[in-house]
Amino acid sequence: MNAAAPAEAARSGCAGRVWKYGDGVNTDVLFPGKYTYTLRAAADIAAHALEDLDPLFTAGAVAGDVIVAGRNFGNGSSREQAVTCLLYRGVAAVVARSFARIYFRNGINQGLLLITCPAVVDAAQTGDAIEIDLAQSIIRLNGAAHAFPPLSPNMRSIIAAGGLVAHVRHKLGLSSTTAVKFSE
Amino acid sequence: MVSSVRTGKTFAEKALARAAGLQTTIAGQVVDARPDVVLSHDNTAAIAKIFRSIGLQRVAIAERLVVTLDHAVPAPTPQHARNHAEVRAFVQEQGIRHFFEVGRGICHQVITEEALILPGQLIIGADSHTTHFGALGAFGVGVGRTEVAALWATGELWLRVPESIKIVVTGALGKGISAKDFCLHLIGQLGAEGGRYQSIEFSGAAIDSLSLDSRMVIPNMMAEFGAKNAYLAPDEKVFDYLAGRACRRLQLASGSPQAAQLADSLRAGALYPDAAAIYSAEHTFDAAAIQLTVACPHTGDAARPLAEVRGIRVQQAFIGTCTNGRLEDLALAAEVLRGQRVAAGTRLLVVPASSQVYADAIERGYMQILLAAGAAIGTPGCGPCMGNHMGVLAPGEVCISSANRNFKGRMGEPDAEIYLASPAVVAAAAVAGYIIDPREIGN
Ligand code: SF4
Repeated sequence: MNAAAPAEAARSGCAGRVWKYGDGVNTDVLFPGKYTYTLRAAADIAAHALEDLDPLFTAGAVAGDVIVAGRNFGNGSSREQAVTCLLYRGVAAVVARSFARIYFRNGINQGLLLITCPAVVDAAQTGDAIEIDLAQSIIRLNGAAHAFPPLSPNMRSIIAAGGLVAHVRHKLGLSSTTAVKFSE
Repeated sequence: MVSSVRTGKTFAEKALARAAGLQTTIAGQVVDARPDVVLSHDNTAAIAKIFRSIGLQRVAIAERLVVTLDHAVPAPTPQHARNHAEVRAFVQEQGIRHFFEVGRGICHQVITEEALILPGQLIIGADSHTTHFGALGAFGVGVGRTEVAALWATGELWLRVPESIKIVVTGALGKGISAKDFCLHLIGQLGAEGGRYQSIEFSGAAIDSLSLDSRMVIPNMMAEFGAKNAYLAPDEKVFDYLAGRACRRLQLASGSPQAAQLADSLRAGALYPDAAAIYSAEHTFDAAAIQLTVACPHTGDAARPLAEVRGIRVQQAFIGTCTNGRLEDLALAAEVLRGQRVAAGTRLLVVPASSQVYADAIERGYMQILLAAGAAIGTPGCGPCMGNHMGVLAPGEVCISSANRNFKGRMGEPDAEIYLASPAVVAAAAVAGYIIDPREIGN
């Protein structure tokens, strides 16, 4: 599992299956606090994604899958593993009714596509096929197309660079636009 | 729509204008802000790794960094020990002066005690409860690790100037009712995302009359309200406290001309919202109507009046954390526990928020009372708050805690339950073995 597929998805879009959850999916169920200072390898971090919320996800998610959830997704801790555990698991995007503030920043800065689109949250069920078209700012689900607000230029430039680290390298003249990958 | 005649500014608009070197800002604007302090803790080693991946060797702003070891201290496992060793090596290599070792205390408490952040300043922390510093009239905001690595490299970070919610608390809290009860009540009323992305400005007689220890509870808890930051207007209590602490750190005699100068500069740096500032919402609470309040599992907004949850059995009672592990909290706990014993089948853990709190509590005799009641005292730090070590729960156990967060699995076991309450309510539950009004505990 690596972040290559999600990084690509963050630039252009993606297609995959839906995992549907409710409101208030918080950082402790995304990635339990007890692992935050001990697990470092991407595969280990990925293995615990959502384990306190949905063991089926832990067992069954595949690269390209999309999480669809309710309000205040990612509320709680600032821990970035709550984002990277999904990226390392191959999750391309999260579509939610709303996102918690730090989670939203962490997502953008890591290159996880985070989209606010309540219509999709109303319509989607686990297992549905979903397609996100970034160029047109449209999500296709069960034969219907749902528009979402385009990302801001600031976020686009960070995502286009491949995340904040690459963006800073570029800003400091340390590289061209080549993305630098890191994994803990 | 905002009209061009608008002149009033919120605290957030003023503080981020200052941090970005701009004359003025307006809510919604994205600025490149230069924080006065950048905070990281046990997560420093992980941030260093990201920092190195940028391709740099030296941190650009070492003098503005504060690093603490507090989240899992002393190291409970070889992995934690390795993490601590990496943090120490990095601190040494980069010449970071403001480094606080295992046992000094929780980052938010220590930075406050050392007067490292001052009114009107900006602190960005790799910790969600960096909202804490609003109690000093500073702008405190939490971000993720990669953003802190970017800050180390460039000294600046993009921040959106938040809209602001004004919360006025009139009257006075009833006897035995604390700032924690108020916060749990507020979050229960307005919901865990009621303050999402917002700057929360508190004012009113009930806020002004609070002690500094109590004030700190409020912005700290606002992380559970989804807030970006929170703000309490700094007054003489804040200036006096910080001036005293800064003199101590800088070894200036109190009463010296430098000390007086320092207090003046604190007053000059303070920022206050304009009367004509524009708010996205305004709420008024009558402090006298607040009751003892408990947050039920597994969210901070599942708040109930204590009377509705009275009788729920608890196996663990925990007093500590950046929310409620200060001297005043230990004093309240001692008041309840004086001459009492912790109930059979229940254990009480007490973890002072800092070594200073610990020393003061010993001097005032609180520790003796807590120990006599049967409490287990831990090393100053986060303790069991986030399930790393020291006081994790078994499946099916119930803990009542003075912390700020009660998410499923937070204390190490998804099948355990966490209730949040004030230190007095936690202490009372320890004596009874179940949730109970502290006023029912006879002395
Ligand atoms: S005491 Fe708890 S909430 Fe406060 S900084 Fe430590 S882990 Fe975070």
